[in-house]
Amino acid sequence: MRVLGIETSCDETAAAVVAPGPTVVSSVVSSQVDLHARFGGVVPELAGRAHLERLTPVIDEALSRAGPAGEPPVDAVAVTCGPGLMGSLLVGLSHAKGLAMAWDVPFVGVNHLEGHLFASLLDHPDLDWPLVVLLVSGGHTVLVLVEGLGRYRLLGQTLDDAAGEAFDKVARYLGLGYPGGPAIDRVAREGDPRAFAFPRAMRDEGFDFSFSGLKTAVVRSVDKAPDASSEDVAASFQEAVVDVLVAKARRAAAATGARGVCLAGGVAANSLLRRRIEEACAQDGIEALVPTMAMCTDNAAMIAAAGQWRLAHGGPSPWSLGAEPNLFLADAD
Amino acid sequence: MSGSWSICVHTDRPEATRALGAALAALARPGDVVLLVGALGVGKTVFAQGFAVGLGVEGPVTSPTFTLVRQYRCGPTAPVRQLVHADLYRLDHLSEVADLALFELLGGDGVALVEWGDVGAPVLGEATLEITLVPEPEEPDRRSVRLVGRGASWAERRAAVAGAVAPR
Repeated sequence: MRVLGIETSCDETAAAVVAPGPTVVSSVVSSQVDLHARFGGVVPELAGRAHLERLTPVIDEALSRAGPAGEPPVDAVAVTCGPGLMGSLLVGLSHAKGLAMAWDVPFVGVNHLEGHLFASLLDHPDLDWPLVVLLVSGGHTVLVLVEGLGRYRLLGQTLDDAAGEAFDKVARYLGLGYPGGPAIDRVAREGDPRAFAFPRAMRDEGFDFSFSGLKTAVVRSVDKAPDASSEDVAASFQEAVVDVLVAKARRAAAATGARGVCLAGGVAANSLLRRRIEEACAQDGIEALVPTMAMCTDNAAMIAAAGQWRLAHGGPSPWSLGAEPNLFLADAD
Repeated sequence: MSGSWSICVHTDRPEATRALGAALAALARPGDVVLLVGALGVGKTVFAQGFAVGLGVEGPVTSPTFTLVRQYRCGPTAPVRQLVHADLYRLDHLSEVADLALFELLGGDGVALVEWGDVGAPVLGEATLEITLVPEPEEPDRRSVRLVGRGASWAERRAAVAGAVAPR
């Protein structure tokens, strides 16, 4: 069964075709395609209108890259139905329903966060449960115990800012540009991670996170020492974030008896986080599952993979399925 | 347009900023747009969390910077049914603010709390309460808080706002 996946929950417009396995047949993310040339003018970065303009060519591209196909070109359509921005979600959801109706194939809604878990599955097909998944991105920071596919327990989440957001805001404050994650990662290599002792909020208590105070501490330190090198600030900031993320993931794995820790989300591309989680897991004798770069960021292959599983284990979604901006991972149970 | 008024107060620690948010939430009416203004790390998140607590929102109120908008159901005794928490930090154009469709999301029974709201003010209606947090150079935890009410519905509530934010 070939599944077309559609993802429009945040900034990326993406479409992908996934075959059983799950195996990625094609995967297109709008930022990788030169749509400017096709449409002329600048494509705005945000909002539903941008998804609306990009979605059809992105789907066409995913289908054509998937090679010759019969009629219909796929056997099912999967789409992100939450969490995310209402207007953006609706663009993907309506489009998916339209295609599924026209092709007369099943349609299934997918929780974006569950999609990120399936991104790991695409990278590591023989995952061994239970696993602790640390999902860190611009919009989310959650620790989830995965007891098996479809069986999730939320262990903790951020109480204020997401880790990726902290990276972005600190980068902008230091004038390092956008996107902030790669900028901090790059600059921090030249800095001293011990130059500033930034706070590690709640590092050793519970599984919830708080990064808002860290951002404030960085701003305050720079205001107090305007001559401090950006490299040192970036390195010390990154050290503090990674220290907290790794300490909590590690403690979560120990507390739940997990066989490994799996990274997911955009911040999983951070080189220090990748190295530290691998070192920590090696020390603890558990597995570290680090995603490929393509699977860190939002994509539709993970949505198609999750949809494929959902179809096999729960069947299609009703046509009345709506966008759910505040969907939690537990809602995927 | 019924003109505008302004009130200035101070908070001496984050808990006081949080309490200020909660006190102002009690005055919310359906359709209100509250703009939150201030530099990075000044306490906008803390204010927003207090505001949400004041509306009886359960669970963590997390930053809407990346998701742009988060919606919460308010408690049974709150003056409004839902809180729409938006953040314009990542938006570059006023047309993008319009694309968020905040008034549609409010749906007649919600209140919008908009961070970095000053940049979106031109398309967020004429009746707003704008709250600006400014750090005080000598005292790291102290903030001056300036409240500006615009439009008839906030003119009516001027005294109530003054009472809610009065030092106690």
